[in-house]
Amino acid sequence: MSAEAVAAKRPVSRRLTGLFHGRPRLQVGALLSGPLAWLVVLYLGSLTVLLITAFWTVDPLSGEVVQGFSLENFESLFNEPVYREIVWRTVRTALLVTLTDAIIAFPIAFYMAKVASRRGKALLVVAILMPLWSSYLVKVLSWRTMLSQNGVINWALEPFGLHGPGYGLTAVWLVMSYLWLPYMILPIYAGLERIPNSLISASEDLGAAPFTTFRRVILPLAFPAVVAGSIFTFSLTLGDFITVRLVSKSQFIGTVIASSITNDLPFAAALALVPIVVMIAYLAVARKLGAFEHV
Amino acid sequence: MRRREAHPARTAWLVVGGLLVFMLALAACGGGGSSGGASGSTEGELQKVGKGEGAVNLISWAGYVEPEWTKPFEQETGCKVNNKTGGTSDEMVELMKTGQYDGVSASGNATARLVAAGLVDPVNVSLVPNYKTIFPDLKNQPYNTFEEVHYGIPHGRGANLLMWNPESVKPAPTSWDVTLDPKVASKYKGKISQYDDPMSIAEAAVYLKFHQPDLEIENPYELNEEQFDAAVSLMKEQQPNVGEYWGEAAKQIQAFGAGDVELGTTWQYQYFALQEEGAPVAASPASEGFLPKEGATGWSDTWMISSKAKHPNCMYEWMNYIVSPKANAEVAEYFGEAPAQSLACDETANKNFCTEYHADNPAFWKRVYYWETPLADCGNGESDCMDYNDWVKAWTEIKG
Repeated sequence: MSAEAVAAKRPVSRRLTGLFHGRPRLQVGALLSGPLAWLVVLYLGSLTVLLITAFWTVDPLSGEVVQGFSLENFESLFNEPVYREIVWRTVRTALLVTLTDAIIAFPIAFYMAKVASRRGKALLVVAILMPLWSSYLVKVLSWRTMLSQNGVINWALEPFGLHGPGYGLTAVWLVMSYLWLPYMILPIYAGLERIPNSLISASEDLGAAPFTTFRRVILPLAFPAVVAGSIFTFSLTLGDFITVRLVSKSQFIGTVIASSITNDLPFAAALALVPIVVMIAYLAVARKLGAFEHV
Repeated sequence: MRRREAHPARTAWLVVGGLLVFMLALAACGGGGSSGGASGSTEGELQKVGKGEGAVNLISWAGYVEPEWTKPFEQETGCKVNNKTGGTSDEMVELMKTGQYDGVSASGNATARLVAAGLVDPVNVSLVPNYKTIFPDLKNQPYNTFEEVHYGIPHGRGANLLMWNPESVKPAPTSWDVTLDPKVASKYKGKISQYDDPMSIAEAAVYLKFHQPDLEIENPYELNEEQFDAAVSLMKEQQPNVGEYWGEAAKQIQAFGAGDVELGTTWQYQYFALQEEGAPVAASPASEGFLPKEGATGWSDTWMISSKAKHPNCMYEWMNYIVSPKANAEVAEYFGEAPAQSLACDETANKNFCTEYHADNPAFWKRVYYWETPLADCGNGESDCMDYNDWVKAWTEIKG
């Protein structure tokens, strides 16, 4: 009996084991190909297709996509002031939401990391995670109801002679800040937890006032965590369109993409590249600030 | 022999590279496939309605496909009705592109696009017995018949309404100036509800046709640059007064019900829904022969069959059923529109329904401007009209 015939008689699993034996590159390749296929095909792949689509156009009558190379979409993006205004409005709101969340999140995270008892800490973590258990849409629709003319916000403010913001940009800022707050608290909390208490004691022993300790010791050490959290709040605000539609009449990058998809897919693709470019710039700055070093 | 070391990084790059090539190849194939579809339907219309396929997938306006009349249809034909509601014509065209639907209740601003893109097939009207008794002024219209080929079965028509809250908007408006004349509309700053669709520009055009005759607007969907700019700037002046742009009926119903908006353009569907809720609403009632003095934009809808229909027999059954006297009367009364079927007028619960909605009064419809797809070529041979792309771009600009 020849050697091949013997090999053929072995069960498949044994033959597979044999195939991988002594071939480390094949082993690593097989192990990585699954997750990498996911990453490359679904993430990078769709981005590539998006990039290609941005250079196509549509036939004005039928709305059919015409494949080819044209800079038309980018020209109207740059030349028409309305799009600059929309991009700037979106970025401005994203920055504002990020700043708001950072200011609110820091004291909460600090209390959790350095002051609260073990039990209190656990309770606070649950309290912060709890809103994430309910659907995004339910939360936004609740805000729409609360911000309404006859909503609970106006009802609560009325005795003081005040009036709620109603629908509009202020409402967008308010709702977004609420929605993304947990994404800011958790990284800061994790960052603060890692600062040894001995550093704070040392600073105090050396005679630093509490504010100086905060400014010179805690903040520099926690700053990368704040930046990491800001990546979430910034990017989530940048891409949102449902909140914007439900609590304002303003146009954001997301809402224009959503309404362009139906009749001008290539233009929507070109517009979708804007938040990507903004995010790359943002990440570059975050990297400079050391957001990826300790996380 | 020395064994080669595994090199994870290099291996990873090899995998990435391979997959990238694979994916681009896939994208290229996919792209090639879709570009071939544009030339569209050469197979043409059905010659004979055969046995139903057991189901029919529809895209419709809210209120067009309701259990009251789909249940009897399902029992009669064995075709199960799966319905998807579209909020705007653009959305419907997009849904039709997926090829997963058998038919659509298309308004005039979708039909030409659907035909041009080859997304719908001609309809053999001889296979739709109820077509014979449809009101003659709905047949062979530019939005349902292209180069003398029928592309659908008329469903019904109506005017877009001006709706207001009678507690805060006094006196009862008789003109669109309450939403469009900046001087009058500023009284209701932040309370105006405007349909979020480029078609709204035509509302301004209807208004200008009446108030600025020197612009010489004939058809509010066929605007040259000067007329178009005037309409767009009117909508831009309206923007600060708008409280909310609504893209789907439910959003407007909610906002009106909560008192966040107090007047604006609407459909009968929302008006009825709000009345049922007990919300304080009034509307220029078509039932009393009343449109705001300028006239109004409106719609005349057509059931069309997808060129990729998987259930063509069921779709033909549906097209015949929905314009059968009883079903057409039901949908017309439910939605609040004039039926397309002349015999439906004997079947309505309200015996005066057809008179109230002017179903058989062609003169009335002269002041209702059915949605159309704006085209560059608007019949004067000069192709100097603003096309739908211009309308879409302008609409983004108007909202700012």
